[in-house]
Amino acid sequence: MGVARGHPSDTVNVLIGSSMLENYLPVLIFLGIASVLGAALVSLGFVFGPRRPDSEKLSPYECGFEAFESARMKFDVRYYLVAILFIIFDLEIAFLFPWAVSLDASGMAGMVAMAVFLLILVVGFIYEWKKGALEWD
Amino acid sequence: MEFLTGLWNGLGEGLQRSIIITLQIVAIMLPLILSVAYLTLAERKVIGYIQNRIGPNRVGFKGLLQPFADVIKLLVKEIVVPAQSNRFLFVIAPLLSIIPALATWAVMPVSPEFVLADINAGVLYVLALTSLGVYGVILAGWASNSKYALLGAMRSAAQIVAYEIAMGFALVGVLMASGSLNLGEIVRAQEGSVLNWFWLPLLPLFLIYFISGVAETNRAPFDVAEGESEIVAGFHVEYSGMAFAVFFLAEYANIILISALTATFFLGGWLSPFQGVPGLGDTFLGASSFFWFALKTSFFLFCFLWFRATFPRYRYDQIMRLGWKVFIPITIVWLFVEGVLIVFDVAPWFD
Repeated sequence: MGVARGHPSDTVNVLIGSSMLENYLPVLIFLGIASVLGAALVSLGFVFGPRRPDSEKLSPYECGFEAFESARMKFDVRYYLVAILFIIFDLEIAFLFPWAVSLDASGMAGMVAMAVFLLILVVGFIYEWKKGALEWD
Repeated sequence: MEFLTGLWNGLGEGLQRSIIITLQIVAIMLPLILSVAYLTLAERKVIGYIQNRIGPNRVGFKGLLQPFADVIKLLVKEIVVPAQSNRFLFVIAPLLSIIPALATWAVMPVSPEFVLADINAGVLYVLALTSLGVYGVILAGWASNSKYALLGAMRSAAQIVAYEIAMGFALVGVLMASGSLNLGEIVRAQEGSVLNWFWLPLLPLFLIYFISGVAETNRAPFDVAEGESEIVAGFHVEYSGMAFAVFFLAEYANIILISALTATFFLGGWLSPFQGVPGLGDTFLGASSFFWFALKTSFFLFCFLWFRATFPRYRYDQIMRLGWKVFIPITIVWLFVEGVLIVFDVAPWFD
């Protein structure tokens, strides 16, 4: 059975050599299997489903009307605003994570530092609220 | 048999490990996909009974084969790829929804003995993957080249990112209480009794996390992204056949995921509610096991269905107001309160 012993298993051995990466190997394989499963499902649909396109069927759906303008239309600028605010707050959360895990160790000093940090964020939050960035009607 | 053992021994350690992991993944994924299939049936049954109907009962014994009939029907339907759509993104979008919904299970501690990947950054991995789901939605909406799809995608994306912030803040509270990013450690930090589970000391965060989870999966009452009566089906209006089925699968897989995560973070995952009750000890009721994890997850699943049958749909501005102006301020205040409690070692939870 020496045939199976060769390059593939050696590469895997190198990959899982360090214990840090070893823990992540299942994650990597899981991502691979999930992708394969998703791709297989969609391909099965293409294999088993019929394929009889016509111009009506392929036109964008608009309640039975002919589409009157391109669907690549303008949209509300508030969606951009939400996306920008999201980035700020999400970064904030990313900063909070290591602090939260080690709060027991950093104690009072950590608490005060984070209170100042959160206070600055809250000032910004109140400003955007008063400016009407969160209004949707 | 001897031949097989010989083959196995000849494979080399790395390959052996990979094969074992693959089998473990299949052992997670098969029950998961079956649960998704039966969640769709459960949804129709539960909502049926709530509305004084009996739901599907024709296919198989009392309708138990209904999910398989649905899959086979969708399998033999045409996948229409609209003209003028971006074909590559159109086909990739359903995959981007389903992959994170499944792959997050890699770090889920399903029982005291078994977690596939016991990684120290588990919560970060969960957050990273769950936030990838929004790409599937927005790419599907944009690639379809349809107005309804684009509107649905924009609404959905804005809603998902708004509630993700509230969810993230709620998670920070869990991390403060548990002091670990490892999901198994978070469960073990809740050991003791029902009163030690994080739902009680972190009650506002628990409620916000679960409600945000409902909003995050675009479920009723936050389902303006689909909004049948306004924009037909939202981002997946142009999808049919299996491509639609994959979106559907992803939505229900996400519901199960959110339920399981809520159970893990706030209801003590696989811990038994009777822990510490004298006399039960190591009996089935007293011992921590997969059963409790499944039971808690099922409870949240039922809540999802219950909400859908009970609440009318929110208006879009109400959804955004709830996310930004109610949930985010509450979570920030509670994080501060919790921080003070931890720093001053206030009993009974943070001593």
